[in-house]
Amino acid sequence: MATTLRKPPAAVRAGSGKPAADGSRRFALLLLSPTFLVLALVVGYPVLAGFRESLYAKAEGLTPDGFVKEGSEFVGLENYTALFSGDRGDAFLNAFWNTTFFTIATVVLETVIGIGLALIMHQALRGRAVIRAGVLVPWAVPTAMSGLLWRWIFQPDGIANAILGRQILWTADGFQSKVAVIIAEVWKTSPFIGLLVLAGLQVIPREVYEAASVDGASALQKFWRITLPLVKPALIVAVLFRLMDSLRMFDLPYVLIGGHKESVETLSMLAWNEAGNLRYGVGTAYATVLFLYIAVIAYVFVKVLGADVIGTARENRKAGK
Amino acid sequence: MRLTPLVGAVAGLALVLTACGGGSDDEKKPAETKAVALEGRGPITFVTGKDTSGNLQKQIDAWNAGHPNETAKVIELSDKADEQRNSMIQNAQAKSDAYTVLNLDVVWTAEFAANRWIAELPEADLGVDKLLKPTVETGKYFNKLYALPADSDAGLLYYRKDLLTKAGITEAPKTWKDLFAACDTIKAKVAEAKDAGCYGGQFDKYEGLTVNASEAINAGGGQVVDGATGKPNVNTPEAKAGLDVLVNAFKDGHITKKAITYTEELGRADFQAGNLLFHRQWPYQYALAQDKKSSKVVGKFDVAPLPGVNGLGVSTLGGHNFAISEFAKNKATAVDFLKYMTSPEVEKANALVIGKAPSVAALYDDPEVVAKFPYMPALKTAIENAQGRPKAVKYGDVTTAIQEAAYGALTGKTTTDQALSDLQNKLVTLTAQ
Amino acid sequence: MTTAHGAALARTPLHRRVLPYVGVVFVLVFCLAPFYWMVVSAFRRPSDQFDSSLLPAPWSTENIRAVFDPDNSFGRSLLNSLVVAGTTTVLTLVIGIFTAYTLARLDFRGKNAVLGIIIATSMFPGISQVLPLLKLFTDWGWINTYQSMVVPSLGFALPLAVWNLTVFFKQLPFELEQAAMIDGCSRGQAFRKVIIPLAAPGVFTTAILVFMMAWNEFIIALSMVNKKEMQTATVTISKFTGMRGFDQPFGTQMAAAVVVTVPLVVMVLIFQRRIVAGLTAGGVK
Repeated sequence: MATTLRKPPAAVRAGSGKPAADGSRRFALLLLSPTFLVLALVVGYPVLAGFRESLYAKAEGLTPDGFVKEGSEFVGLENYTALFSGDRGDAFLNAFWNTTFFTIATVVLETVIGIGLALIMHQALRGRAVIRAGVLVPWAVPTAMSGLLWRWIFQPDGIANAILGRQILWTADGFQSKVAVIIAEVWKTSPFIGLLVLAGLQVIPREVYEAASVDGASALQKFWRITLPLVKPALIVAVLFRLMDSLRMFDLPYVLIGGHKESVETLSMLAWNEAGNLRYGVGTAYATVLFLYIAVIAYVFVKVLGADVIGTARENRKAGK
Repeated sequence: MRLTPLVGAVAGLALVLTACGGGSDDEKKPAETKAVALEGRGPITFVTGKDTSGNLQKQIDAWNAGHPNETAKVIELSDKADEQRNSMIQNAQAKSDAYTVLNLDVVWTAEFAANRWIAELPEADLGVDKLLKPTVETGKYFNKLYALPADSDAGLLYYRKDLLTKAGITEAPKTWKDLFAACDTIKAKVAEAKDAGCYGGQFDKYEGLTVNASEAINAGGGQVVDGATGKPNVNTPEAKAGLDVLVNAFKDGHITKKAITYTEELGRADFQAGNLLFHRQWPYQYALAQDKKSSKVVGKFDVAPLPGVNGLGVSTLGGHNFAISEFAKNKATAVDFLKYMTSPEVEKANALVIGKAPSVAALYDDPEVVAKFPYMPALKTAIENAQGRPKAVKYGDVTTAIQEAAYGALTGKTTTDQALSDLQNKLVTLTAQ
Repeated sequence: MTTAHGAALARTPLHRRVLPYVGVVFVLVFCLAPFYWMVVSAFRRPSDQFDSSLLPAPWSTENIRAVFDPDNSFGRSLLNSLVVAGTTTVLTLVIGIFTAYTLARLDFRGKNAVLGIIIATSMFPGISQVLPLLKLFTDWGWINTYQSMVVPSLGFALPLAVWNLTVFFKQLPFELEQAAMIDGCSRGQAFRKVIIPLAAPGVFTTAILVFMMAWNEFIIALSMVNKKEMQTATVTISKFTGMRGFDQPFGTQMAAAVVVTVPLVVMVLIFQRRIVAGLTAGGVK
């Protein structure tokens, strides 16, 4: 560990004098290697081990004296096809729909609220530090704790119902439980988007706005023409990561509403449930399918909205000027 | 305490290559795990959910004082049963020797034994005769003892004695019919009870529902799994009659709508606030409901056995058993530790601190214990008549199936008939070996 | 939302000057009302936990004291959390900054593929990574060590850090760096003296997010550590339970959550001053 971590500074010093033309690829790879090392260990290895696992099935049945049979056999893609048939197929479709619905609903709300938070934080002239710290609070509360907090808020005699003046059974299976999850999730993660967008706002030079004002642009025009295009790269990264996190949503519905409730069961919960019952093959098959789904969504998102995230951000900036 | 990284070099290599147990486990012969004496002496660990009674550490200290070379160290797991089970399974999968004695929920015995995660215990040495018989049953799998009961639990009917008296009812109801009739009488005659709920239990979709649904089915004379053959037998008129009591009570309002979200704690909140007349609950509520700071029903309630369809009902058995990890080193020490922890002295101390139901039968008649916890005799009867939950290797799937069926029926999403026939089919698949 | 934009200019009508404050109030209510409930629940007596009055009656520190019960060694857990999250943040930033700089500033083939691979690593459900890692770390004798928690957290945090920083570096004016190099700075100096201060908001934001991610990490910390002295705070909280198995000490759990959250917020407040000061001192704006 220690040696790999010490590499980058040394590498920079060694490479800093060189022109970035010829050896730049090798130099780049050197700079990238610590990241790849960590990711290969923490993510790559488990994912590959998991994928291998998903091609095997544990032997079924018991020996005459009651022990589970040892060993497992290679079953190819059987664990995958099993996801789409029978009871599991229904559960899969339901979870797929829930996951997608939660993602769309929460990410849209979080984006709108997050941008709002960022603009307000950016504009606030006084006590900006306090506001910023306040906005961070929801994000700082550990997820399991915030699930517990919201469960308490949403219990039949809880404060939510007291405020609303009616008894909604938020934690019972049904559409209302979806709403509860969305509220809790949006509360917790809007600050994430807010914070990243705020950082984006802070690097926009003031002169850009001043120039626009001289040209007589209205506040709304400035928002659409300057602010939004200039924070777009930061916003897209924020939304992309929220999108990926949301698609993997697990603890919140589990703690807030409970396991095995159709209205909030997500794909991650299904994977967890299978693994919890020792069917690691099927569990990792779910995880792999979820991974592919997220990859597709992320790819489409980047292609449609963020093709310029990395490449042309600077051109945008110039255009803004 | 240092952890030995791995059992052996060969096993280690195999582990890495097979990752999550995907490959073969050939090097371990199934036969040799049995009938081998439990050997090895030295330090051990005791793995349990957190104990806040403050008593556990005292007992461990006492043990350590007497066994300076075989000390025990407590490893506390999460407070959630699911997470406790996960941690134990993860360690078993990694074949780690970090855990020696495991504190298992009674329903995990079959799964842990069948997967060879826990060692068979020398039944003859452990003095199981002094323990309540149904509790010992929960530690057995294929007629061999794998886990030693340390405490037990059974549901009781908490009822508002004061209101019953005011309504002129002299004794606790023994059947569901009596219970609902008593409730109607009380509501008609006693003004303060007008808005209270009749009956509550644990009906949210979790393990508590499995317990309550099983009790309802047993109360009707039915069974989830046949006690003698171990075969599922839930699609019967008796089972239906039992479950229908709850289903109909939800429909006609004898159980309030919000009870579908009831866990132990939410039900307790309503009972303590005086909003529930009858409440199926574990013994833990007794002391809390007598606490003047939070409870409005201090001195106003009593406990009785659960009601049934015709005559008294049957409780589902709870509690915990201690087992020894197959991968642990000092198993002989662990056996002694088990004996110590289930000795009448230690269990009595436990019972006296928080009223935990002991597994040692004699303690229920111990004057000191009964004086402090008057429900003990009633609890003993409840445990002696209690039914265990299905002993399934795939218990996780079994309990999910029971919850699925019961929740569907209670919320009116499926009919009772449909729910039970679906459940029967699922259970047949799950227990087919 | 319309309250926010544009109000930067002076000579605005009254409602323009008031509206930002309305916005601020809205933000604080949205973010802090549920947190308020948490604090209130923490200060009730444990026996009043089912209350829903807006103020605890009576106030009690019993829950807070229960959190710091010597038996829980919660102080030690907070320290462990600080070590794990702090180390993770520093390492993530160091590695992340060099990676991001490379991706933003150097031209080489396969750059998009690299970015793609990095982001793909945060697409796998975290829960399925626990068991393989546990086996590996058991093998290496890493159980009950800080690195068994730091390294996975590092892996979870790097993709976000790299992407976020890359976008930031991309946005910074290239010309300044080149000007600095013409003035005689080496590439490393130009990076340190020009780019890093300019990127401060982005680096700072990333640091906060990474620190919080690591601070709140639970599943890995729960699985890799079985020694009380090595537990992090989130794990310790998860072990709070009632006396009798079924009772849930909600108040104590909320008290613990408050105790875990507040240091983060205070830390942000302190660091923020520094960063803002650094920005103005550098005169970059």
